[in-house]
Amino acid sequence: MRKTLDFIVEKIIFICGIASIIFVVLIFSFLFKEGLSFFKDFGVLNFIGGRFWYPSSDPASFGILPLIVGSVFVTIGACAIAVPIGIMTALFISEIVPKGIRDILKSLVELMAAIPSVVVGFVGMITLVSLVKNIFNLPTGLTAFSGSIMLAFMAVPTIVTISEDAIRSVPWQYKQGALALGATKWQTIRRIVLKAAMPGIIAAVMLGIGRVIGETMAVMMITGNAAHIPHSIFEPVRTMTAAIAAEMGETVRGGMHYKSLFAIGLVLFLITFLINFIADLFLGKSKNT
Amino acid sequence: MIKLSPKLSQKFSYALLCFAAILAIAPVLLIVFMIIKNGASAISWEFLSSMPKDGMRGGGILPAILGTLSIVLCAITVTLPVGVCAAIYLNEYAKDNMLTRIIKLAIVNLAGVPSVVYGLFGFGIFVMFLKLGVSIIAGALTLSIMELPVIITTARSALNSVPYSFREASLSLGVSRWQTIRHVVLPSAIPGILTGAILSIARISGETAPILFTAAAFYVPHLPYSIFDQVMALPYHLYIISTQIPNMPKNVIYGTAFVLLMMVLTMSCVAIFARVYFRKRRKW
Repeated sequence: MRKTLDFIVEKIIFICGIASIIFVVLIFSFLFKEGLSFFKDFGVLNFIGGRFWYPSSDPASFGILPLIVGSVFVTIGACAIAVPIGIMTALFISEIVPKGIRDILKSLVELMAAIPSVVVGFVGMITLVSLVKNIFNLPTGLTAFSGSIMLAFMAVPTIVTISEDAIRSVPWQYKQGALALGATKWQTIRRIVLKAAMPGIIAAVMLGIGRVIGETMAVMMITGNAAHIPHSIFEPVRTMTAAIAAEMGETVRGGMHYKSLFAIGLVLFLITFLINFIADLFLGKSKNT
Repeated sequence: MIKLSPKLSQKFSYALLCFAAILAIAPVLLIVFMIIKNGASAISWEFLSSMPKDGMRGGGILPAILGTLSIVLCAITVTLPVGVCAAIYLNEYAKDNMLTRIIKLAIVNLAGVPSVVYGLFGFGIFVMFLKLGVSIIAGALTLSIMELPVIITTARSALNSVPYSFREASLSLGVSRWQTIRHVVLPSAIPGILTGAILSIARISGETAPILFTAAAFYVPHLPYSIFDQVMALPYHLYIISTQIPNMPKNVIYGTAFVLLMMVLTMSCVAIFARVYFRKRRKW
């Protein structure tokens, strides 16, 4: 009796164990199924390289280049801000401040990750958007630039937490060795700690980028949602995520527009898969040293 | 370029790092402060306990609060057992082979899928394919898949921190593997697992994109009474009233943001304190 019970329970546990694989395959195949029938009608190259996203005009055009450029602009902008701030904050928290303050700072950084993205978007709309409009004298403050700033703050917690882990797992002998040779503490941090922690820091940056590309609500509220190819970061853009979120409600189920959004979902899925895969490789590397 | 002396360059760099840390932390303080300052005054018993009126511009947000609670509770009921079992498999049963590596890769990947893609997927499979309709259950299932990697990771580290000697002692008495896990390992790991669960609840309460097309409705004139109902949800409500409705009174928006933020932050703080408390009380 007990043996059969054990057997059943262990089978259930095994099924739950492989549930993650099942879900990844399910998500991929669902997106792929809808995406494939879209590609058959519209063509992959027209989709990826098309310069016009006019999903509801006649004839409709489903070129996602404007959306890709929108996502890329916002992501590059956000990284330019978040990467230096994130790494420097991680160094500050793990190497410089005393332990008591360290825990407080860490909790505050983690708190930022807990704030829902709609709330971030709302606060951004009220404060940042008008600020950007007035400072740069623009017709609208809803630009890729405003989106970059807001997303940077949302990526900082990811970058800080993971790089901090990497920095703290640098063997203490490395530091002691450098200090014993007469290096100052800062020289040790810059030339030894930073180098030894580099794989982990790269993983942190990759995961931060993943976070920014996938972010939806805040970006939709702040970047202005204009689906055209922007000339500068001071213009409104529409990202891939925002296109899905904003347009899904108005599509006809099973229509071309509907399927095209699944195709965008597929592109996003593949991008984040790649990013996470690379990040995971670097994380594995940082654990081995 | 002038070459600074090592001492001076150290001082300069420290100042720079400190400045970066301030930049990293300032926004969170600013956001919390702004919402509390402007939102707290909008909170009244009526705001928390009545239906919206005048096209959302007046009345309260009770259906949105209840909607979010029901989605989140459903989601955690589904995802917690599955996640904990998956963690048990990975930590107690899995051998170091190809399958385990693929499972780990799948978890990492699941954690990185954008939330709006979960929304699309949930719509495709639960709303359309399984014909659950736009409902609490469809939204909850979508969120539960999204939250699975977080639950697995936290539960796994909780299981992993139970000393190996506990298992050896039990196994050496002739207790079977599952019985050992059930009566020895799991009880010791419960605090860690629960902390992870609370953090997950906090996180999914604020998620908007996954429920956008699977559960949330612009306006429902009654409170949710079945899991097959469409519901209003706090984060979606906040999105709607802050972007789609013209001439929306600011204090209602701030009030809604305040309730949502407090819900999320309270749960996060509870989880953080619980983590510290149990870590101190741990006897091994």
